Amino acid sequence: MKKLLIAVLCLALLIPAFALADGTVKIGVFEPASGDSGAGGKQEMLGMQYANKECPTIEVGGETYNVELVYADNGSSTDKAPSAAQQLVSNNVSVVLGSYGSGVSIAGSKYFEDAKIPAIGATCTNPQVTAGNSHYFRICFLDPFQGTVMATYAFKELGAKTAYCLAELGNDYDVGLSHYFQETFEALGGQVISDTFPTGTSDFTSYLTNAAMYQADVFFCPVSIAYSTQIIQQAAGQNVQFPILGGDTLDSNVVANAAKGTNVTVTISTFYQEGANAAFDEGFKAWLNSDAEAMTNNGGNNMISAVSVMGYDAYYTAIEAIRAAGTTDSAAVMAALPGVTLNGVSGAIAFDETGDAIRTSAFIKSVDTATGDWVFVAEQTVE
Amino acid sequence: MWNTIFPYLLSGISVGGQYALIAIGYTMVYGILRLINFAHGDVFMVAGILMVYISASGVPLFISIPLVLILTSLIGYLIEHIAYKPLRQAPRMSVMISAIGVSYTLQNLVLYITGGLNQLYPTIPWISNSITVGSASTKIVTIFTPFLTILLVFALVQLINHTKIGMAMRAVSKDFETSQLMGININRVISVTFVIGSFLAGVGSLLYFTNYTTVIQTSGAMPGLKAFVAAVFGGIGSIPGAVIGAFIIGIAENIIKGLDIILFKAGLIAKPLGLATFSDAFTFALLIIILAVKPTGLFGEKTTDKV
Repeated sequence: MKKLLIAVLCLALLIPAFALADGTVKIGVFEPASGDSGAGGKQEMLGMQYANKECPTIEVGGETYNVELVYADNGSSTDKAPSAAQQLVSNNVSVVLGSYGSGVSIAGSKYFEDAKIPAIGATCTNPQVTAGNSHYFRICFLDPFQGTVMATYAFKELGAKTAYCLAELGNDYDVGLSHYFQETFEALGGQVISDTFPTGTSDFTSYLTNAAMYQADVFFCPVSIAYSTQIIQQAAGQNVQFPILGGDTLDSNVVANAAKGTNVTVTISTFYQEGANAAFDEGFKAWLNSDAEAMTNNGGNNMISAVSVMGYDAYYTAIEAIRAAGTTDSAAVMAALPGVTLNGVSGAIAFDETGDAIRTSAFIKSVDTATGDWVFVAEQTVE
Repeated sequence: MWNTIFPYLLSGISVGGQYALIAIGYTMVYGILRLINFAHGDVFMVAGILMVYISASGVPLFISIPLVLILTSLIGYLIEHIAYKPLRQAPRMSVMISAIGVSYTLQNLVLYITGGLNQLYPTIPWISNSITVGSASTKIVTIFTPFLTILLVFALVQLINHTKIGMAMRAVSKDFETSQLMGININRVISVTFVIGSFLAGVGSLLYFTNYTTVIQTSGAMPGLKAFVAAVFGGIGSIPGAVIGAFIIGIAENIIKGLDIILFKAGLIAKPLGLATFSDAFTFALLIIILAVKPTGLFGEKTTDKV
């Protein structure tokens, strides 16, 4: 018995020697797997996991490295984010991906900066994430842009004159995006009423009543998925007449599901529309269909969320940066990142001097309430 | 003016009724054990999660609803049996900490099972339909809630005042030790209290989640806290107090959410002030004021009304 044990232990020691790769490069995944944004964070992670499956090794300086994803759950909350960030730092990751939600990205940023680890945000759209630092990059558009897109769409395409904005109190993403929406909408000549609700609210009936009382033409609520499904269902219960508009966070099949079978119009701006890259769509869906856990994390069906696509592109951006650096050293990867360009699934990616991706267009899509699918409405470009 | 206030009042009465059903659980347990059962809000949330999973397994509603209520009562009983009963002779603070532990256990258990994803509550026919009442469109459950709440409270008061177990509960709430000496089976009384409290929380969760259809592991925290505030507000230990406190809290927070537009339409302010932000702050401030003026709460004075 003892001999057998020793033999097994010796074999176990030999296994790493048999592996093909010469080493491992760690990529940190700084995403919420629980909390209000858990559903979105999991979908963003799916894109990274799929990309990791597709491209599990990388050639650095003539040696082949295994790419390992190191996960840290920031719990969708700014007080849990620092410990999740420290966890990644102590794991010696070369680069960090994420997070879904700007507030947690900002909260974790300092720890990456101190450890000289670069971070690549996939869908955190608040300007403050990358402003004034040299280690945080992002591959998506920004809230001023997104706010302008939605305000322009509401005013010009929907002919709205009064807009009601609702944001979660203290959430950087919500409040920021509402603010930019308001700025543009008022500049165009519209009127905006804005309210905020405290974290943990589930009764939105009075806010919907407020919007109806103000005779709002649109209801702009760029909130977390957990709140938006509540808002949509309660709006259906109250027979509201105005469309509900949102930002990229609402681009989830969970939201589409909530709107299914109701008479509520839900229209949002986002990064990707299913069908734009057939090869990716097909591969990703096949992977979801074959992996039960991935399917559950995607909300139980194989609809592709834009955040998954962004997670996928973020992973390849990181790979490209490590390749360009020629080493797994995080400081070198950081130095290489500004020069990285990539033709991603969501479009061409190149960074400007603050570390933001240069993007000029966003997709607008809306829920088909009969089928519960997202349908393409328009591609809005702002210069 | 009435048309402006009415929709908020309606939301308030409805949410107030749901808070009331939770608040009764707090107040009854306090009345008998002098324990703030912090896990009560989570029992309410677990009832919601149970409904989600039982419905998803294809069980028809006429079975799943009673099943959820029975299981919720059973959970309440088990919590008392496992976490509180062994601490009967321990200082009250130990039991309180045990309650906090139960609360976190339930939340993390649900987090583990659901994976942190929000679950969509099943649609219960009829009460989920929309109706128009005066100037407001709402779900039928909104109208239905206060009536059902009052009916249940009435039944509960009958039980407490006119049955043997009710008499035992009143006795225990007045004097724990003496009633034990008089031959009352304390453990049975306490178990029944937890079963009733959990049953009402289960009914509350049916009504609440039909209106606000998403359940996550933290769903019980805010309603639980509000219901606790309502119980303190009405005078903890008093059932009518908890119910009236809950309705006041529910109505007040909804009126404050709409205060801007109400004042605006009444011509008192020229432009919106963003008062809705303060809906929770105002609710809790109201609590502080009441407690400062009347520390025992609205109905907490009469010690004879402890159950």
